[in-house]
Amino acid sequence: MTEIKASCICAKFFLIFSLFSSASYASPEWKNQHDFDLEKADLYSVLNRITWGVNSSTYKEAKSIGVNQYVDQQLHPGRDELPIEIQSQIDAMTISQRPVDQLLIELEQRRKKVDSILKSTVSDNEKKTAQLAYQNELNRLEREAASRSLLRDVYSRNQLLEHMTWFWMNHFNIFPGKNNLHAMVGDYEDKAIRPHSLGKFRDLLAAAVFHPAMLRYLDNDQNAANHINENYAREILELHTLGVDAGYTQRDVQEFARILTGVGVNFERGTPTVKRELQNQYVRRGVFEFNPNRHDYGNKVFFGKVILGQGLAEVNEVLDILSRHPATAHFISQKLAAYFIGDNPPAALVKRMTNTFIQTDGQIDATLATLFKAPEFRQSLGHVFKDPIHYVVSSIRLAYDRKPILNTTPMVKWLYRMGESLYGRQTPDGYALSSIFWFSSGQMMTRFEIGKAIGSGSAFLFNPEGQQAQEHSAFPQLANALYYEVLQNSLSQTTQQALEKATSSQEWNTFLLSSPEFMHR
Amino acid sequence: MHRRQLLKIFSAFPLSFSTGHLLSAPASPGKLLLVFLRGGYDAANLLVPVNSDFYYESRPNIAIARPSIDINSAISLSSDWALHPVLRKTIYPLYMEKQAIFIPFAGTNDLSRSHFETQDNIELGQENDMRRNLHSGFLNRLAAVLNGVAPMSFTDQLPLIFQGNANVPNTALRNIAKPALDARQAKIISSMYKNTEFSRQINEGFSVQDEVTQEIAKEMKAASRNAINAKGFELDARRVARMMREKYNLGFIDIGGWDTHIGQGGATGYLANRLDELGRGFAAMAHELGSDWRNTVVVVVSEFGRTFRENGNHGTDHGHGTVFWVLGGSVRGGEVRGEQVQVNAKSLFQNRDYPVLNEYRAVLAGLFLKLYGLNSSQLNTIFPGVQPKQLDLI
Repeated sequence: MTEIKASCICAKFFLIFSLFSSASYASPEWKNQHDFDLEKADLYSVLNRITWGVNSSTYKEAKSIGVNQYVDQQLHPGRDELPIEIQSQIDAMTISQRPVDQLLIELEQRRKKVDSILKSTVSDNEKKTAQLAYQNELNRLEREAASRSLLRDVYSRNQLLEHMTWFWMNHFNIFPGKNNLHAMVGDYEDKAIRPHSLGKFRDLLAAAVFHPAMLRYLDNDQNAANHINENYAREILELHTLGVDAGYTQRDVQEFARILTGVGVNFERGTPTVKRELQNQYVRRGVFEFNPNRHDYGNKVFFGKVILGQGLAEVNEVLDILSRHPATAHFISQKLAAYFIGDNPPAALVKRMTNTFIQTDGQIDATLATLFKAPEFRQSLGHVFKDPIHYVVSSIRLAYDRKPILNTTPMVKWLYRMGESLYGRQTPDGYALSSIFWFSSGQMMTRFEIGKAIGSGSAFLFNPEGQQAQEHSAFPQLANALYYEVLQNSLSQTTQQALEKATSSQEWNTFLLSSPEFMHR
Repeated sequence: MHRRQLLKIFSAFPLSFSTGHLLSAPASPGKLLLVFLRGGYDAANLLVPVNSDFYYESRPNIAIARPSIDINSAISLSSDWALHPVLRKTIYPLYMEKQAIFIPFAGTNDLSRSHFETQDNIELGQENDMRRNLHSGFLNRLAAVLNGVAPMSFTDQLPLIFQGNANVPNTALRNIAKPALDARQAKIISSMYKNTEFSRQINEGFSVQDEVTQEIAKEMKAASRNAINAKGFELDARRVARMMREKYNLGFIDIGGWDTHIGQGGATGYLANRLDELGRGFAAMAHELGSDWRNTVVVVVSEFGRTFRENGNHGTDHGHGTVFWVLGGSVRGGEVRGEQVQVNAKSLFQNRDYPVLNEYRAVLAGLFLKLYGLNSSQLNTIFPGVQPKQLDLI
C-alpha cells in the first residue's frame, strides 16, 4: 500500500519537474533579483537580519550602494577581505597550513602509537600523559576551527555567506566528540559546507554526504553489504532532505542503506585489495573511500524507482531524486524561512520559496531572494529573538566593528555556557531554531553578564591566548554615530529611559547590550 | 501549602500518594534531586559483589578486598554486597540508618556504549524505536505535569534532561563570582523588560542570583567562624542543599570525571578519591537539609557501568549495567534492591558487562508514581509506554 503511494508521489514529482525544467526558469518571482523592495524597510533592521548583526562599517557600505544592491551582493559574494590581523590569525592556524588528509593520516599514526603505549608496560601515569597529549592536540584543532568560524562571522564582508554557513552546519550537524572527528570538523565546514552555502542544494548535499566527517558521525563507515547500518540513510531522508513526514517508507530507508554500502573512510596510506573485476570501481579521495568489496551490488527499489546496482553512481542517482523532490524543496524552504523570520513562517511565503527552489533546481541564493523580497520578511524585521550565537556575534560586531580581537576564547566560553557551542550539538538534528529554547532565566542572566563584559571592556578579547591577563582594554564606544543615526530609533521609550539612568559610558554600553531590542534581530 | 505541612503529610503517610488520583495535576510534595555521574562510573568497585570469586579473578589489580578488619577492605552491606571502604564515614552511616538504597544491574537498553548517545537517551527518556522529540528531556516533562514545582538545574548550561516546554532556570554553584550587575543595574535592566514577554524570566533570573549571593554570604560568614571549608563536589552539594531547603524541589546536577580507562586504582587511588568526594558531598547534603532531608530523595545515575574485567591499563572500559543510588531521610533504605543475578562469567552481558535487569525509566516511573501520585496519562507523558517497576523505594 505504502509502496504504491510512494511511487505515485514520485511519478507526480517527475511530471512537475519536467514541466519546470522545460520552462527554463521563467518565473518572475526570483528572476529580478535586484528588485527586493527593501528600500521600503528600515536599512538598519534589514542589515541586522541578513548579517550577523549591524555595525558602523556595514551600515555605511550598504547605505552607499543602496540596500537592494547590498543584498544582491550578499547573495552572490565575491572575494572576501578580512582585516589583515584577522587574516594572519587564520593563516597561522595548523588547519590552514596543513592539508587535512595528511594531517588525518598522521593523527591516525599517532593514535596507534598511543594505543601501543597503552598496551605496553610503562606506568599508568605515562599512559595517561600520552593519551592526554593526543586528545589535547585533537581538541586544539577543533578549537582552531571554531575560532576561524567566529572570526569570519565577526569580520567577513560576506556576512550572508557566513550566516548561512552556520545554518547549514547546523542542518548537516556533526558532533566531533563522536568517533573522533575533532581534526575533521574544520575541513567539513571549510570545504564541504561553506563553499555551497549560497549555491545549489544538490552540490551542498553531495559535499556533506561524501565528507568523511559525516560518514563517520552517522556510522556509514560501518555500513556494508550484509552488515547494514541504516543510521545514515534514515537521517539523510529525515533531517537533511525530505523531512520526517514526506511519506517514505521503512523499505525506502533499507534500500537507501543498501545503496550507501561501501561509502566510507580510510585513514591508512595504503589501499585495500579489491576484487579484480571491481577494481575500476574503487574510489579514494583523501580519506574518503568507496570500497566495492563492501558494496551491495544488487538492484534496489527506491521511491518506486529501480536503481541498478552499479556502485557509487547509485548514490548520485538517489541524491538527484532527493534534491529535486518537492518535499525537500518544502522542507528546506520552511527551515530557511524559520531561521530568518522566526517560528511558524507564513505558509504562503514558504510556498513561494518552495516554488523558487523547484524552478531553479535548488538554488539557495534564489530561494533566499524570494524570501528577502517578501512583504512577510519586511514585516518580521526586529521581531526574531536571537539565539546565543546571534547574541554573541552581534554584540562583538557592534562593539568592535573592524577592530581585530586577539582571542576568541571568551566567545567560545559564552557559547558553551549558553548551550550553543560551535560543533557542540550531539544529536544529528542540530540546535533548535525555535526561540523558546533560548530565553530561560539563566540564559538571560548570562547575556547580561556578557553585555557587561563587552560593554565595559573586561571580556579579555584582546589578550592573546596563553598570555597573562593584561589590564582592561579600552571599552567600546557604542554611543556613536550609528547609534544616533539609526539604532536609537529602534529603541522603545522604556529602554531609552533606562539608558538615561546610566552613570558611565561602560554602564550605558551594558544597558544597551542588555536591552530587549538588542535581544532581537 | 507550607513546607512544614507537607513535611508532616509526607512523614505521616509515606504511602498515601500511591493512591493519590484525586488531583489532576499532582503537587510536588517531596524534594527530588537527580545526580548524573557523567562518564560511566565503575559501579562494580562501588558496590562490590564480594561473594563472587569471578570478581576477584577478573580484577587482579583493582578489586576491593573482601570485608575484614583491614580498613581498606570492603564494608559488608549484605551477604552478597559490600561497599567501597572510602565511603565508611559518609554513605555507610546513611545505609545503616536505612537512608540509602543501591540498585545494581540498573541502566538503559542502549547498546551504543557511547557516552554521549547513552546520556542523550537517558535524558530524553523516550522510546528509541519511536519518533523522538530531541528537545524534550524527562525531568522537564515531569516539571510540566507537577503543580507547585520549583525546578532548578544546578549546572552551567541547561542540560537535555531539563530542556523542553516547561520553564526551568539554571545556575551553576561551583565558581560563583560576585554578580556581574549590582542591585541598581539589575533594577534598571528589569525595568526595560517590564512590558515584554520576558519579564518573568528576567525577574526570576535576578531573584535566583540574589538567593545564590545570599547563600554565599552566609557561607563566608560561617567560614570566618572557622567552619571547615568545603571544596569540590562537597561545596556544590552544600549549596544545592541550602537552595533546595529554601526554595527548590526538583533539582539536577551532574558530575564528570568517571571515565576511568587507565589507572583507576582500587581501595585507594583515582576512583576512590572521586567516590570519597561524592560521599562527602551527599553526607554534607543530608546535614545541610536538616529536617528537610526527611522529604528529600536523591537519585544517583550514570550512563552505563564499565567492563567487569579490568583492562590492560588497570582501568575499565565502557560497559552496560550500572548501580543506581537512592538516598533520603524517608527512603526505605538499608538494602540492595531490584532484580539481581549471581555475578559470574555466565551472567555477564555479552561476556563483558553487568546486564541491565532494572531499566531506568521503569525504576524512576515507579518512584515518581509513589512520590507524586501520578495518574497513568501523566506517567505516560513523562515516560511514554513504560510499565513502572515498584522497588518500594519510599
